[in-house]
Amino acid sequence: MSERLSVFKTYKLYVGGKFPRSESGRVYEVTDSKGNWLANAPLSSRKDARDAVVAARKAFGGWAGATAYNRGQILYRIAEMLEGRKAQFVREVADAEGLSKSKAADQVDAAIDRWVWYAGWTDKIAQVIGGANPVAGPYFNLSSPEPAGVVVVLAPQESSFLGLISVVAPVIATGNTAIVIASEKSPLPALSLGEVLATSDLPGGVVNVLSGRTAEIATPLAAHQDVNAIDLAGAGEIDGLAKELEIAAADNLKRVLRPQPVDDWAATPGIDRMTAFLETKTVWHPTGSLGASGSSY
Amino acid sequence: MASAFEYAPAPESRSVVDIAPSYGLFIDGEFTEAADGKVFKTVSPSTEEVLSEIAQAGEADVDRAVQAARKAFEKWSALPGSERAKYLFRIARIIQERSRELAVLETLDNGKPIKETRDADLPLVAAHFFYYAGWADKLDHAGFGANPRPLGVAGQVIPWNFPLLMLAWKIAPALATGNTVVLKPAETTPLSALFFADICRQAGLPKGVVNILPGYGDTGAALIAHPDVNKVAFTGSTAVGKQIARTVAGTRKKLTLELGGKGANIVFDDAPIDQAVEGIVNGIFFNQGQVCCAGSRLLVQESIQDELMDSLKRRLSTLRLGDPLDKNTDIGAINSEEQLARITTLVEQGEAEGAERWSPACELPSSGYWFAPTLFTNVTQAHTIARDEIFGPVLSVLTFRTPDEAVAKANNSQYGLSAGIWTEKGSRILAVANKLRAGVIWSNTFNKFDPTSPFGGYKESGFGREGGRHGLEAYLDV
Repeated sequence: MSERLSVFKTYKLYVGGKFPRSESGRVYEVTDSKGNWLANAPLSSRKDARDAVVAARKAFGGWAGATAYNRGQILYRIAEMLEGRKAQFVREVADAEGLSKSKAADQVDAAIDRWVWYAGWTDKIAQVIGGANPVAGPYFNLSSPEPAGVVVVLAPQESSFLGLISVVAPVIATGNTAIVIASEKSPLPALSLGEVLATSDLPGGVVNVLSGRTAEIATPLAAHQDVNAIDLAGAGEIDGLAKELEIAAADNLKRVLRPQPVDDWAATPGIDRMTAFLETKTVWHPTGSLGASGSSY
Repeated sequence: MASAFEYAPAPESRSVVDIAPSYGLFIDGEFTEAADGKVFKTVSPSTEEVLSEIAQAGEADVDRAVQAARKAFEKWSALPGSERAKYLFRIARIIQERSRELAVLETLDNGKPIKETRDADLPLVAAHFFYYAGWADKLDHAGFGANPRPLGVAGQVIPWNFPLLMLAWKIAPALATGNTVVLKPAETTPLSALFFADICRQAGLPKGVVNILPGYGDTGAALIAHPDVNKVAFTGSTAVGKQIARTVAGTRKKLTLELGGKGANIVFDDAPIDQAVEGIVNGIFFNQGQVCCAGSRLLVQESIQDELMDSLKRRLSTLRLGDPLDKNTDIGAINSEEQLARITTLVEQGEAEGAERWSPACELPSSGYWFAPTLFTNVTQAHTIARDEIFGPVLSVLTFRTPDEAVAKANNSQYGLSAGIWTEKGSRILAVANKLRAGVIWSNTFNKFDPTSPFGGYKESGFGREGGRHGLEAYLDV
């Protein structure tokens, strides 16, 4: 008897909780580190990018307004779903990055642990970086972090899964919504992540995953007037791109996280990737006086 | 409206301040002329009197100042934090000692009423240095990890609306964290920064730690573009802020921007009307409305519109416009001819687009730059005066019916710096504050500032925070 013929997966984008093909109808060939064909991935267009912004904006109010506890529960659920699909991600990471099975498994384990780490941050970050300010006057004055809004994330080009998750999780943990541009060469783990997110109670549109040419997708997004921030992690290795995108981002003063050299994505992250996409809101309330005048203003 | 009691003039004495006929650039602890010998005049906007002639820094001077700051950085950043703290405490104390002199100086150069410089600007300036002085030896405990490092040389460009206060917001945290600075004050208000240079001398601050370069926009542009500047901090217009963001793109310079605003001041039908009126007046007429966080859009609930507008107009009729040095003056001069022209153009556009203009009967002095307190009704969200920052004593009044509509209108702006909420209902304050996309929100008050309280905007009002623990981050390599 001959060996069973396997069923290939059609890799699709993840936008607004759905799995569309690129509206352009284009795909590109994704190969493993040795050049063997793995799959055809959608080659996203600027229209796909704009659709993703619409989806991310639509999802923002609900996600930012969810309780931090609820966001933590959902992020933890994502880790649970990843754990169940571990074998698939190990295979995809091994293919993408040319790693042995055990090295790839280390990457996937670290990535899952990282989701758990960020899941626990959702209801703690406000206490760590916000708080009451002792102003010199009869006021109660409180500073709280709030999500910046719609964040475009250029996922790292090399670390296709651990790097990806290290930049996506901090963005959504704090209530932002994200448009993720997958690693150009190794987009499959990112596209599969979309399938996990779709089954983890994460509202559609909170994370949107696009594959294709990083520069082609990132350029209109960096200039998009309804995007609030951009993480240039994956632009660092492309000549001149980070600077070009930062200039475009100035048009509506997006918050920009410049690419920084990362030696080891497995190292414990600080809180910087969360604070980079947080605003600080400070609210003043009169405490009044209950003196004889009775005035409370 | 005729006043029941006429006020006799009560001018603050000018003799407390001695303005020299000319000032140089302050570089490496010394006053020097500009390399190309250029000078400009600074005038008192309330009289157009020339106050002094100021050296105008060019590119060569910027380079020299940055080099001086670089040289000073090595020792300054290596000083124990407790020593840096003591320099800053000295500065805070000297500012307190000289505060009347500085208040009069600021009023002369800026045009704002003496009661504001005396009671708001100067106390806040001293408090800001006092606050950050205390941080200098406690940075390990500020939440940025152990031993956070300074960035290096900070290039700082500040506006003319709160000249000395903006200087304090920039210099105090920069020095506390171990940076050295090159600061460019605005061309219309260079004097208080130059007096501050003298305070640095009195405090014995090592030379080169603070350098002051008066000049125009091109001086600021050269400073920001200088390759040996590690940190850029700017307060000013959104248009210039965007240009700066483009200039520093692709470099390692850390950037913070505090830009324009179009703050919504939201008055609900259960608000205490008299207090709300005071808050509206404070929100838009404080410093002649030349405030980035001004409450320049009044959103009033439809059911109380008539009552509120009657009270507001009555109150505006009692505002006293005139000599900024007079202790009874509420409204001073507009800072410059250029700004007056901008306000005038936008107000004319407001009328042309169909909004209804109103000002109290108000006599304007014959010389100087003046604009009467103005409000517009029948304003829609599409009107230019509801969208663009006017930066003058001009209030645009819009109405709403439901809290949701108020929030939607308040957030319908490219800016997101400030907002106000007036209501007696506590839960409504919290719900509305939660939904407003703005960095500073005042409930049942307006335009309150404190060194411990982070200040800064969302969206195109800029990024980064000044003040409080948050304000340290802008000057640390974290």
